[in-house]
Amino acid sequence: MKNQHLISFITAVLCLPLLFGASGCKPKNIGSAVEGDAAQKVYVAPGKYDEFYNFVSGGFNGQISVYGIPSGRLLRIIPVFSQFAENGWGYSEETKPMLNTSHGFVPWDDSHHVALSTTNGEHDGRWAFINGNNTPRIARIDLKTFRTTEIMEIPNSSGNHSSPFLTENTEYAVAGTRFSYPLDDASSNPDVAINTYKQNFKGTVSFVGIDPQSGRMSLSFQVLLPGFNFDLSRCGRGPSHDWFFFSCYNTEQANTLLEVNASQKDKDFIMAVNWKKCEEYVKAGKGKKSKVRFAHNVYDEKTHSATSTIESETVVLDPKELKDIVYFMPCPKSPHGCDVDPTGEYICGSGKLAAVIPVFSFSKIQKAIADQNYDGDFEGIPVLKYDAVLHGEVKKPGLGPLHTEFDGKGFAYTSFFVSSEIVKWNIEKLEVVDRVPTYYSIGHLCVPGGPTRKPHGKYVIAYNKITKDRYLPTGPELTQSAQLYDISGDKMKLLLDFPTTGEPHYAEAIPASLIQPQSTKFFKIEENQHPYAARGEKEAKAFREGNKVHINMTSIRSHFTPDNIEGVKMGDEVYFHVTNLEQDWDVPHGFAVKGANNAEILIMPGETCTLKWVPDRVGVFPIYCTDFCSALHQEMQGYVRVSPKGSSVPLTFSTGNKAEPTGEAK
Amino acid sequence: MKINFLFRITLAICVLFTLHACNGAGTAPSASQAAASADGGQSTVQDDLSQKDVVKVAVGSPDHTTLVTAVKAAELVDVLSNAGPFTVFAPTNAAFDKLPAGTVTDLLKPDKKETLQDILQYHVAVAVYKPEMFQDGQVINMANGGNVTIGVKDGKVTVNGAHLLASVPASNGIVHVIDEVLLPK
Repeated sequence: MKNQHLISFITAVLCLPLLFGASGCKPKNIGSAVEGDAAQKVYVAPGKYDEFYNFVSGGFNGQISVYGIPSGRLLRIIPVFSQFAENGWGYSEETKPMLNTSHGFVPWDDSHHVALSTTNGEHDGRWAFINGNNTPRIARIDLKTFRTTEIMEIPNSSGNHSSPFLTENTEYAVAGTRFSYPLDDASSNPDVAINTYKQNFKGTVSFVGIDPQSGRMSLSFQVLLPGFNFDLSRCGRGPSHDWFFFSCYNTEQANTLLEVNASQKDKDFIMAVNWKKCEEYVKAGKGKKSKVRFAHNVYDEKTHSATSTIESETVVLDPKELKDIVYFMPCPKSPHGCDVDPTGEYICGSGKLAAVIPVFSFSKIQKAIADQNYDGDFEGIPVLKYDAVLHGEVKKPGLGPLHTEFDGKGFAYTSFFVSSEIVKWNIEKLEVVDRVPTYYSIGHLCVPGGPTRKPHGKYVIAYNKITKDRYLPTGPELTQSAQLYDISGDKMKLLLDFPTTGEPHYAEAIPASLIQPQSTKFFKIEENQHPYAARGEKEAKAFREGNKVHINMTSIRSHFTPDNIEGVKMGDEVYFHVTNLEQDWDVPHGFAVKGANNAEILIMPGETCTLKWVPDRVGVFPIYCTDFCSALHQEMQGYVRVSPKGSSVPLTFSTGNKAEPTGEAK
Repeated sequence: MKINFLFRITLAICVLFTLHACNGAGTAPSASQAAASADGGQSTVQDDLSQKDVVKVAVGSPDHTTLVTAVKAAELVDVLSNAGPFTVFAPTNAAFDKLPAGTVTDLLKPDKKETLQDILQYHVAVAVYKPEMFQDGQVINMANGGNVTIGVKDGKVTVNGAHLLASVPASNGIVHVIDEVLLPK
């Protein structure tokens, strides 16, 4: 052990001149203020593990990428809303239903916010949730397998942005409408003029219940709201446990050129929703049931297959009638971030165009509600007086505040897009205590455990939208980037830049110790209940059902069974159901067939995956393993013979049989 | 129109001249410079091909040397090199000269940085307002938190009474040249 530490240290020290040699000729300005010990702080020696997992949304790639912190090493890309040819996600027959929606198969989405499950407001390492913004969806990822296991579409919504943030015990994930639209009483989207926004357009926030054992989602209830944009949200904590807070912009209710028209008012809103009260009203039958259509897709780990069900009912609560479930709080200039501190007392709004950060006090909110200290109402929903609910404002903190995270030591860290910086400030005193530049134009930021009751602190990670000259150029499309800062001392210190996949929006980081011990190594073959599984080579077979040819195939180092298939005919649909018989860690097999119009598939040990193949010509076509599984990986191949329609070649299959298969083969 | 055209021509010439000067009098970057990444803020990005941002537009104008000096002193160069989008009301040198004697010199002192930032941010809106979008009586919120009021009379635009002399599109927004310094109310 000691020796290893010594070696790590020496390696790190030896690397320092290499790392910093290049910076000798750099101009001495703000950016070169990377201190001498930065390399040591992010250096994770070969064979050593990172301290944190960082789950980073991929934005327009519809995925989540997982990095190690502090090294910034990319560990995994988890396809969620996007087809992923690399492993067949969304292409294999088993996973295609995961991308089903009421609009049919939607193989892409815009995934913005990662939310890790919590118990008592602290990370529990069970699931990650992420929203699909475009075709409103919420996905759940199992952190044992790092796979998407459930995707539910959100009805009565359009642009699911303020999502899927969770309540403290993961009772609910939420979904709020970003793009309000003409939602009528029958939950339909009628054909009306776009410029009737004010009269006809509505928004909703949905509460998606999560089963405490299985994690399975269900649409619990929706709250009908005025038409504007619901942007981001956070649950209350501790004393504010029963509440959820949402930022709202475009309270001008503009339907065109929002760049200008949604910036007219001095204040928009932070909305406070009492979800416990909502629950009571739903139980008391105060909600209105209405007909909707939304897809609910669930992946079963035993059958290794997903099913998609179209569900048809929702319960809608109307706060115009149920007076004590929703309140608006005025918040300056198009609030984006809406972040609750670890104590649950303070709610920080970040007006994109505001010159202050307002901090609201939960206890003052409660008092203002009790005193009915209102500043009128908005479409029948009470607006609390700004001064009555305000803890105070951070004055002139920077330009373009977006998001705030917390370190659990009384400090908040706010990202500023326009002034490209992270500003650290004291929540109680509302005083700025430190600021660091980011390179460039930071969007979200992440403190490990930042959105929980007990932040793990140590680092803040900036997710930057613009990198221009920060990396070697790659044509017009450049990488986006993360930057790691040490926040263990009074001053934030830049440690590392690392490029990211897709466009990171939000990210969460969690101690590796909460996930690492439970990581699945393989699936037990005896538990494989896939209807076409071959749990051993003896079960391998090929059979015909009309024009469908099923091949229940096995793979094990280093062959397929069967690996010679004849009797497929033009007009057939061939289903290769490949079961990986390995019961060993890190031995996936791949499967590909020439001319496949979809993808390859990667099959994990003990799993069955199906690739559909429709031959388009007569001939003999190779199949092979695409994942370098063994020393004889190159030998792991086979052939499929395709004969003309009406041919008399019988369906046969074999492995290791050099003789011509029996039958009428020529 | 005429002013606008002349202004653009002058600007184009100046921008070309300035950029040439910026390039270290035409010397090629050394290998080490080429290999090193830039480490400054966004304004230090070496890019002579893209459309000019609002800062580069101002830097290129001989009528805006005071404004540019002030933007530098207020450390707003990187901010205005950001993605924006910005509408910048850019007072000319003559506009600054209209202020009481000594005002500018005073504002450029390090202890006045916050006041200077406040004034300059009062000239910046985060949104693109093209000239044709201005309406009489329109109130626009500025980056410092204050508001300006637009006037439109006989096709002539004013902002808090200052006259719009020309408008120059930039990569990250638009620059409207004005003949008075706007002072936060």
